[in-house]
Amino acid sequence: MKTLSFALAFLVAAPAAAQQTDLGAPLPEGGEVETIEQAESGLSFTVTDESAWENLGIAIPAFATDRNVPTPANQSGTAALGVELARVVTANLRNNGLFEPTGPDSLPRPEFAQITAPSWATWSNRGAEMLVQGYVRGRSDGRLTVGCYLYDMSLRSELVREGWVVPAADWRRAAHKCSDLIYSRLTGESPFFDSRIAYIAETGPKNNRTKRLAIMDSDGANHRFITTGRSTALTPRYSPDYRKLVYLSYVDGNPRIYVYDIGTGQQTLVTQSENPTFAPRWTPDGRSILYSMAVNGNTDIYRVGASGGQSTRLTDAPGIDIGGSYSPDGSKIVFESDRSGTQQIYVMNADGSDQQRLSFFGGRAATPEWSPRGDQIAFTHITGDFRVAVMNTNGRNIRYLTNSWQDEAPTWAPNGRIVQFFRTERNSGSTGLWQVDLTGENERRLPTPVDASDPAWGPILP
Amino acid sequence: MNIRFAASILAVSTLAVAACQKKPPEELPPPPQQTTSATPAPMQGPAAGALGTQSHFTNAVGAANTVVYFDTDRYNIDTSSSAKLQNQARYFSQYSNLTFTIEGHTDERGTRDYNLALGERRANAAKNYLVSLGIPATRIRTVSYGKERPVELGSNPTAWAQNRRAASVVIN
Repeated sequence: MKTLSFALAFLVAAPAAAQQTDLGAPLPEGGEVETIEQAESGLSFTVTDESAWENLGIAIPAFATDRNVPTPANQSGTAALGVELARVVTANLRNNGLFEPTGPDSLPRPEFAQITAPSWATWSNRGAEMLVQGYVRGRSDGRLTVGCYLYDMSLRSELVREGWVVPAADWRRAAHKCSDLIYSRLTGESPFFDSRIAYIAETGPKNNRTKRLAIMDSDGANHRFITTGRSTALTPRYSPDYRKLVYLSYVDGNPRIYVYDIGTGQQTLVTQSENPTFAPRWTPDGRSILYSMAVNGNTDIYRVGASGGQSTRLTDAPGIDIGGSYSPDGSKIVFESDRSGTQQIYVMNADGSDQQRLSFFGGRAATPEWSPRGDQIAFTHITGDFRVAVMNTNGRNIRYLTNSWQDEAPTWAPNGRIVQFFRTERNSGSTGLWQVDLTGENERRLPTPVDASDPAWGPILP
Repeated sequence: MNIRFAASILAVSTLAVAACQKKPPEELPPPPQQTTSATPAPMQGPAAGALGTQSHFTNAVGAANTVVYFDTDRYNIDTSSSAKLQNQARYFSQYSNLTFTIEGHTDERGTRDYNLALGERRANAAKNYLVSLGIPATRIRTVSYGKERPVELGSNPTAWAQNRRAASVVIN
């Protein structure tokens, strides 16, 4: 199914428009998810011990349906969709590394009535401390109602429940919402499954790479190409409201930054300047964009309104000042600068004042990204190899999360717990997206259709 | 590198004629299937093209003189590079109607954004040197490709040294 949608997207994108555009057809916009049925009860169970990796057994049987009706979300109807929903939740929790889920394919199928009153005997002796029960119902307007319930097996009590109404095309979002509900309730962490990732899809030989802007769900599903690949696209970022992407494109022969509107499929230049521009980033409120511009070889960081206008210059040191990541409250920016002689990490106020060096680890420090939790900065540390690392916001306490030849450009999951980066293979130049937990555990590759780089994780979907 | 330029002249000329707009293509067409070679071969094969083509330029100054190299993280024009740029300056003074582009590149052993800026620095350094030799700045365009367009594909110091470069390209 993934291959088919990949081929389809390529076919849709192929017909060329004007000579200087590189955009595929506009994408259908996502629907809204309405939340219903909120109630919390029962004891609190929190995984707080980070030194030992907890494997919490959790049973996730198929979601039940009251009547098996046709739905655009699944050609076999809502009963089959119930299995798919449970599979998505199972995969999410398994990939996360904190859980040991048993999915619907290894479990009996509950009846609709049992969802709110579990048949405990069915689920005992399966090594599961937690039980998920869910349901899906087709509505007359074509949308789906999905309910998600979490039970503590030993106490035989409900911990949390929530329900959502989603357009059929967005059925996976209900599974991600359910995963987030379970994850948050059991770990105390903020959610992150219901989010999307922008990145660059790569094909071709090392000296002639085709690089296309692409987006996908946090688990790799619903993959879409935005550009055709006729021109190189680099370093994309989702706007906080998911309506736009900012990225660098060579479509007119020079490195230029564009703001691409996902709904209209149109894009505009972030600045009319003829100077080369790099490294676009959004402000936390989504109203402005940071970018770096080279004038006579000297690169500095600027801020401009997302719909254009005058740019404000933030740095003016001789040398390369580039990048920039805001603290979650928008008051400070970390960026990279080689004003000291080598690439290092600096922090400044959002207005450009009080610029201070943060990294004093030896080697070089690059690509700083402020955690959404505000407590850590992820970055690339270079001493020979390129390693993903984190440090406190005062520049102390460096911890390495990876150890390979070239891992770079870490960005954060919306909850500040997982770091995503790309890994380049020596000699072949092959690239792929990888994720690792903040503890350094659970390093895993994110599946993508082709090679991939420059991942940027958007916030929780509104 | 010679053979690459010579073989792609026809394609470049065709592109230049066929394009509706006077913008250079993002990148020259890929070289024919060749394994990497560190040293440029002496000029041979098809005759140099007309004035305004890359092949006229490389034939006149020698292919080796169209590209200057840099040490890791450096963007200064050293003695060997300045000699090459002097050769280029003579050519561009002689053919004073020509405009051209200096492409700046880095090796793969750097992060993406920084390398885009470093490539721009290198292209700019070569441009400034040519300007100091009397070539008007308005005739010289710079573009950085960072680490995106290596010519040598290995992950070793020799390959990296070949990729840290500023290449002058005539596109009309």
